[in-house]
Amino acid sequence: MDWTALRVSLWLGVGTIALLLPCGIWLGRLLAVREFPGKLLVEALVTVPLVLPPTVLGFYLLVTFGARSPLGQAFQAVMGQSLAFSFQGLLLASAIANIPFVVQPIQRGFEAIPTDVREAASCCGLTPWQRFVRIEVPLAWPGILTAAILTFAHTLGEFGVVLMVGGNLPGQTRTLSVAIYDRMNAFDDRSAGVMAATLLVIAVATLMLTTVLSRRVIPRRG
Amino acid sequence: MADRRLSVTLRQHGPIRLDVEFACDAGDVLAIFGPSGSGKTTILRSIAGLYRPEQASIRSGADLWTDTASGIFAPAHRRAVGFVFQEYALFPHLTAVGNVLTALGHRPRAERRSRAEQLLALVHLSGHLNRRPNALSGGERQRVALARALAREPAVLLLDEPFAAVDRTVRRHLQDEIDELRRTLDIPLILVTHDFDDVVRLATHLLVLEQGKGGACGALPSLMSRPDMAWLRAAVGLGSLFDAVVTHTYPSRGLVELTFEGGALFASDSSVSAGSKVRLRIPAREVILATSEPKGLSLHNALSGIVSAIHIDPAFDHVIVQVAVGEVLLLAEITRDAIATLGIVVGMRVYALIKSVSIDMLKTEAMHAQEAR
Repeated sequence: MDWTALRVSLWLGVGTIALLLPCGIWLGRLLAVREFPGKLLVEALVTVPLVLPPTVLGFYLLVTFGARSPLGQAFQAVMGQSLAFSFQGLLLASAIANIPFVVQPIQRGFEAIPTDVREAASCCGLTPWQRFVRIEVPLAWPGILTAAILTFAHTLGEFGVVLMVGGNLPGQTRTLSVAIYDRMNAFDDRSAGVMAATLLVIAVATLMLTTVLSRRVIPRRG
Repeated sequence: MADRRLSVTLRQHGPIRLDVEFACDAGDVLAIFGPSGSGKTTILRSIAGLYRPEQASIRSGADLWTDTASGIFAPAHRRAVGFVFQEYALFPHLTAVGNVLTALGHRPRAERRSRAEQLLALVHLSGHLNRRPNALSGGERQRVALARALAREPAVLLLDEPFAAVDRTVRRHLQDEIDELRRTLDIPLILVTHDFDDVVRLATHLLVLEQGKGGACGALPSLMSRPDMAWLRAAVGLGSLFDAVVTHTYPSRGLVELTFEGGALFASDSSVSAGSKVRLRIPAREVILATSEPKGLSLHNALSGIVSAIHIDPAFDHVIVQVAVGEVLLLAEITRDAIATLGIVVGMRVYALIKSVSIDMLKTEAMHAQEAR
């Protein structure tokens, strides 16, 4: 059992949520309540990571993060290390790969709030920010929760992007799913089996937690 | 009270056509009446700042809320508007008291809770403070919506089809409650409805709307006695509306005597007591005209009056005759043939025969409260 790989996986999952959720809420709400030119293009771009093979996505991200790219050079200059094959690079790649898993459920969550309920909040004297915090977020909560869970579960299982962008550096970019592949190649079926079972347990526990949390959500209209 | 008067001018070509201009004084209830799709809700949304029409000027007392000419548009949360939405739009994740608390942000924190409970008591919901909307009936949700709208201490109260989703009995109760509230509020109240029953029972003024265009507008009784309201005739039938006092009751005969300005009539009703004020509606097609005093009739009401107007609509096979009986203007719907045969002309003395069964009695003191002010 590779405990370091488990730690990297969990940190990557939590980190991706932390990085992506605020942006996802902003973008998802924007797509749900506003009409603007180019909305269709934005919606298409948000979905791209979902349909692209992970290796293709990983390839482009690697090119973008590489030492010869402006982003890679800027990161190198500021942080003193390369973005590709680092945990930070992996986190960024994971966030990008998870955009559709975050934006779409959140968008649906905000879309499900009836227009008159949002308007009623304004008529109660709530400023747009108060309305967002006190009315919209609680009502879009099932969507936000789904987004967080999907991201976490998807990050834990991500393989192609991780291998392409992160490589297989212990303690840095070797996640549990990569470690399983690594052990299998070394004919260490036992370790691979333990780690696979660990991921299975985490997946089941996550889904159970989702059910518990979403039960606390109030039915929308009676 | 002129300082709380709401003045509204709206003009727009599309997507929803608007062409209306009206004002409503504090204490008055202006009913905006029209078929669905005529732009009624858009008018309310414009007043609340939820919709920005092409050209608009909306003033509440001294506050200019919208003025497209000078680019003024106060956002909804800065307008003191109480809005009761058609489907109530309660916050489903909050309790009844939580819904009302949301609209009390302008009050000091310590007072909010007690004020919210007070408002819910006002709408008879003290027992359901901690219920969520999905555990409330339609009528109860409507009351929460009303309490929430009042919580803001609005300068104008907007009601969008407030009774559309409740059954007849609940509707009557709510109508009475709103009528009672209205008298204590002293703010303009705008009621949007497609049900004429709401108009008759609650409104002091009426604006008839056709495809976004404001038609006749004015005090309800004077509007209802106009003979030329073609659209109203098609929608609900013409009929004059006026107030009277029950002056005598004759229980043995099953009759009551109703006195109005310039006359009296009888109605068969045993539910009202002497001294109570009522609103009468006499449908035009329930009125028959005679040129000489009729004798030997089974009906009680033959009122003498002077023909004050005759309206002939080429698209309609009947003629509407307006008859002045004292201060009240009655309408009679008769055939063109009868006009010619009887030789009815303006200024002529006629007798208006009213079938007693056709008299609606409405328990309201609305118009009298108006006069007393």
